Amino acid sequence: MNFTLKIWRQKDAKSKGAFETYEVENISADTSFLEMLDILNNNLVHAGKEPVAFDHDCREGICGMCSLHIDGQAHGPSQGATTCQIYMRKFEDGATITIEPWRSAAFPVIKDLVVNRSAYDQILQAGGFVSVRTNSVPDANAIPIPKADADESMDAASCIGCGACAATCKNGSAMLFVAARVSSLAKLPQGRVEAARRAKAMVAKMDELGFGNCTNTGACQAECPKSISIAHIARLNREFLAAKLED
Amino acid sequence: MGFKLDAKIPAGELAQKWSNHKAAIRVVSPANKRKLDIIIVGTGLGGASAAASLGELGYNVKVFCIQDSPRRAHSIAAQGGINAAKNYQNDNDSVYRLFYDTIKGGDYRAREANVYRLAEVSNLIIDQCVAQGVPFAREYGGLLANRSFGGAQVSRTFYARGQTGQQLLLGAYAALNKEIAAGSVKSYPRHEMLDLVIEDGEARGIIARNLVTGEIERFGAHAVVIATGGYGNVFFLSTNAMASNGSAAFQCYRKGAGFANPCFTQIHPTCIPKHGDQQSKLTLMSESLRNDGRIWVPKKLEDVKALRAGQKQPSEIAEEDRDYYLERRYPAFGNLVPRDVASRAAKERCDAGFGVNETGLAVFLDFKTAIERLGKDIIKQRYGNLFDMYEEITDVSPYEQPMQIFPAVHYTMGGIWVDYNLMTTIPGLYAIGEANFSDHGANRLGASALMQGLADGYFVLPYTIGDYLSHKIQAPKVKTDTPAFDEAEKGVREKIEKLLSINGKQSVDDIHKRLGNIMWEYVGMARSKESLEKAIAEIQALRKEFWQDVKVVGRADDFNVELEKALRLVDFLELGELMARDALIREESCGGHFRVEHQTEEGEAKRDDENFVYAAVWEYKGPDQAPELTKEPLNFEFVHPAQRNYKD
Amino acid sequence: MSCFLTKSSLGKKLVMSITGAFLVLFILFHMSMNLTAIISPEGYNAICRFLGANWYALAGTAVLALGVLVHFAFALILTVNNYRARGKQRYAVTVTEPGVTWASKNMLVIGFIVLAGLALHLFNFWAKMQLVEVLGGHASLVGGRTIAATDGAALIAYTFSQWYYVLIYLLWFAALWFHLTHGVWSMFQTVGWANDTWYPRLKCIANAVATLVFLGFAVVVVVYYIKGGCACCCA
Repeated sequence: MNFTLKIWRQKDAKSKGAFETYEVENISADTSFLEMLDILNNNLVHAGKEPVAFDHDCREGICGMCSLHIDGQAHGPSQGATTCQIYMRKFEDGATITIEPWRSAAFPVIKDLVVNRSAYDQILQAGGFVSVRTNSVPDANAIPIPKADADESMDAASCIGCGACAATCKNGSAMLFVAARVSSLAKLPQGRVEAARRAKAMVAKMDELGFGNCTNTGACQAECPKSISIAHIARLNREFLAAKLED
Repeated sequence: MGFKLDAKIPAGELAQKWSNHKAAIRVVSPANKRKLDIIIVGTGLGGASAAASLGELGYNVKVFCIQDSPRRAHSIAAQGGINAAKNYQNDNDSVYRLFYDTIKGGDYRAREANVYRLAEVSNLIIDQCVAQGVPFAREYGGLLANRSFGGAQVSRTFYARGQTGQQLLLGAYAALNKEIAAGSVKSYPRHEMLDLVIEDGEARGIIARNLVTGEIERFGAHAVVIATGGYGNVFFLSTNAMASNGSAAFQCYRKGAGFANPCFTQIHPTCIPKHGDQQSKLTLMSESLRNDGRIWVPKKLEDVKALRAGQKQPSEIAEEDRDYYLERRYPAFGNLVPRDVASRAAKERCDAGFGVNETGLAVFLDFKTAIERLGKDIIKQRYGNLFDMYEEITDVSPYEQPMQIFPAVHYTMGGIWVDYNLMTTIPGLYAIGEANFSDHGANRLGASALMQGLADGYFVLPYTIGDYLSHKIQAPKVKTDTPAFDEAEKGVREKIEKLLSINGKQSVDDIHKRLGNIMWEYVGMARSKESLEKAIAEIQALRKEFWQDVKVVGRADDFNVELEKALRLVDFLELGELMARDALIREESCGGHFRVEHQTEEGEAKRDDENFVYAAVWEYKGPDQAPELTKEPLNFEFVHPAQRNYKD
Repeated sequence: MSCFLTKSSLGKKLVMSITGAFLVLFILFHMSMNLTAIISPEGYNAICRFLGANWYALAGTAVLALGVLVHFAFALILTVNNYRARGKQRYAVTVTEPGVTWASKNMLVIGFIVLAGLALHLFNFWAKMQLVEVLGGHASLVGGRTIAATDGAALIAYTFSQWYYVLIYLLWFAALWFHLTHGVWSMFQTVGWANDTWYPRLKCIANAVATLVFLGFAVVVVVYYIKGGCACCCA
């Protein structure tokens, strides 16, 4: 297969970027999207040009390192999959593919397709944890948890922190990310203890970092590689408002 | 001269060793902890849990990772689960049984005391993780569920769907975040350790490169902990993450830390077969699939031919024409034999010409029987996400046709040598998790890597590091403007300049792929004296070629992925040779290390307990010099090494 | 607490949700009132008299105006905020994600249309009814005729005898339909009263409310237009 790639190139955070066009040829349909970029980069290196910088690591759809806005969609054309899990058979032979970095004020571009997602870390540092010390804990089976609750908690916990939600949202809102963590812990008795404090602190941090407001379009759940539901956003809203009303 | 190795294994009964030791070692008072700095490199299960626990204790911790967030470390990719001797299933599990299975699974090449401690703290890990809000799978009664894993006859594996590693790491990362918020831990993402700094024979800090700006930075501390995982990417194609590397560990080796059993590599039996030369990465299918999947190849070569030609679908092959070779060879464990055994058996069938795809390098993992027995819905519940992932990659639905699998490099049991306190041969330098060599011997059992990472980070290192640091309470803050730091930084800068100035014809990946081919061909699943000698010669030649012909584009003071890869390949090119050397001297077959000269008549690994019951610890002797071997004898006081038997 | 309503993103959204809910209730009331005009113009005028320049009607009007104002002001604040959060550099290629409605992504634009329609509506009716009374008058000159401030039915008949008003009002109701299809279920989501089981139900309710509102208002306009002899066919 052959492809024309329109890729966003940007020297660093301060520089102005622009699209550049590249051709890749003889790509097998079984090649993954990122392997296709590896091939492009190897060609660029041989030509003495700087390869395209992009984030990636596990290539199994779980580390959340890969990003990319491909042909207008975060993580490309597949639903419920990360960019590293896209295979070239998804594209038409000869297609032109536009590749952009995440675009959100809270995710500034570092270089080419690489953005800074440390804002997500900061939100979690504000309260995305259960305050237990190592070793100061009861037996694991001391607290029974209904299977349905554990399953729902797990649904939310499957968030990989890739940033697709905020990158997709027309408002640059990080609500799905924040909700996933708040909801996951709120569904467990261990997490309930500081649920109110957590919801308030994480929302405040999210606002402070310049993320936008949720307008319930649902674009985030459509593009989330883990298909996390906006029902978790509803739970975050509930947790937050309940906490605030008690203040 | 060699090392004077003292494993510092406490005396006494196996079950008492760890408690006796904890009682005997020194502790540091809270007021003094505040004055002490610790550097932790790596934020996987080991690094993150250690950083969180040490931060909680009051030490000043600096934690480094090469990814953009600590949460991305490759522990996250572990799918299947984590072992613990809870005996919640009432199947007569115990700390001793977990210990025994682990030491037997490791083919009797690990230390008894370390492994026993690992089994002992395994239960605490589950308690800890549950309290952190890790959503482990539960039964309808609300209590924890378990599944079984290779190498064990009990169900002791706790899991969170197919994302156990992710959930455990998120737990440790959350604990780490709590400490970052509290100010006791400072996080340095997108930083790569490029050298270890030693003063007066003790670890004093690291030189790291800021991967965004390219800046070379110095960090000092009273102790340095290496938690950077394994070096499986020396094979280029492996199940490791793209950026996983052996460089931090290798810098320690260069600076005098012993490197133990480098040849012990785990080849995982259930990976998706390679599809072509342009591949960058292999994808693992969880071992948990072997719970319900049956592994087979056709009995008749004509069926193999028809499959390869696409004239026959695997589902069309009659039951009596299928060779369920694991069930045939190992009736007691069947499809749940340890990984090394399963991988070798697959290779044996493929070598005999029964490989089922065009490359001849694949076997079937079939869920037909399980779907008939349990129904599609239950199989979907258990493995749905894995099946979807498989279909996405291969375009074949495992509900309709069996999966194709083949072994791939997955984990390295070898690593930096550590004593019972997890301290390396360099005082003040510690190694935890996959980065050290201590607990898995020659083969690791499934669901035990997560256990070791968290055991080291939560429950071992926080105690043992205090013993060393108790001697440092009078020591001032480590200054980084000393000659030792100057020299280390200079070395790093020179190496980078050299790499950028070669401007040859081959890209870093070109050379890495060639190294990978040499490793897989000659230092892979079947090794021989001849192949290993060939590997050493070819790696040396390739290394020379690298330094003359590599092309690294871009600048030093910039975000430069090619430079990062080149710096890692420099170390892989040496590590590969070290692995081959280690494999060469180990004239026996054990665990993941299979020497074709040493096998039983049935083709099983043949250990040599007369001559090789030791950990091979290598000492760096300078560039292009042969390293020196020191042996740490392994004493089996409590279990008696026997040939592993998974047949009955 | 007042500070979280204006400072926190979720607080601001709560304000949107509550003012939105209030306006939806008002619209439903207004619609039922209008429907009376079809059945009985006299009955309708009775209601108009009841809602003249009395203190309770004026208070109601003031609260309503405040509701619209707050809803609109917060929408502006949130949108400006969202625009900033999106960053200066926009995507070159975008698609509509599967399952995402057009209305949900264009609430502000639709809101402007609704608001413009409201302005026209106030000019057409309120300015000739309650406002006249507030200013001490009893009738006004409309299209060359004097219509009493309490004779809402006559005003309706006059306004919708002109085809372009019919068209404009129908477009306005259509905009309102879009606004409500997203707005109604969104109110529940924002206060946290939603989950995966209820999304289909809530969206169904939202569509039903929106459609009801559209039909309820449109039917009055159309009926009066036809009654008036289809000015556009004759013109």
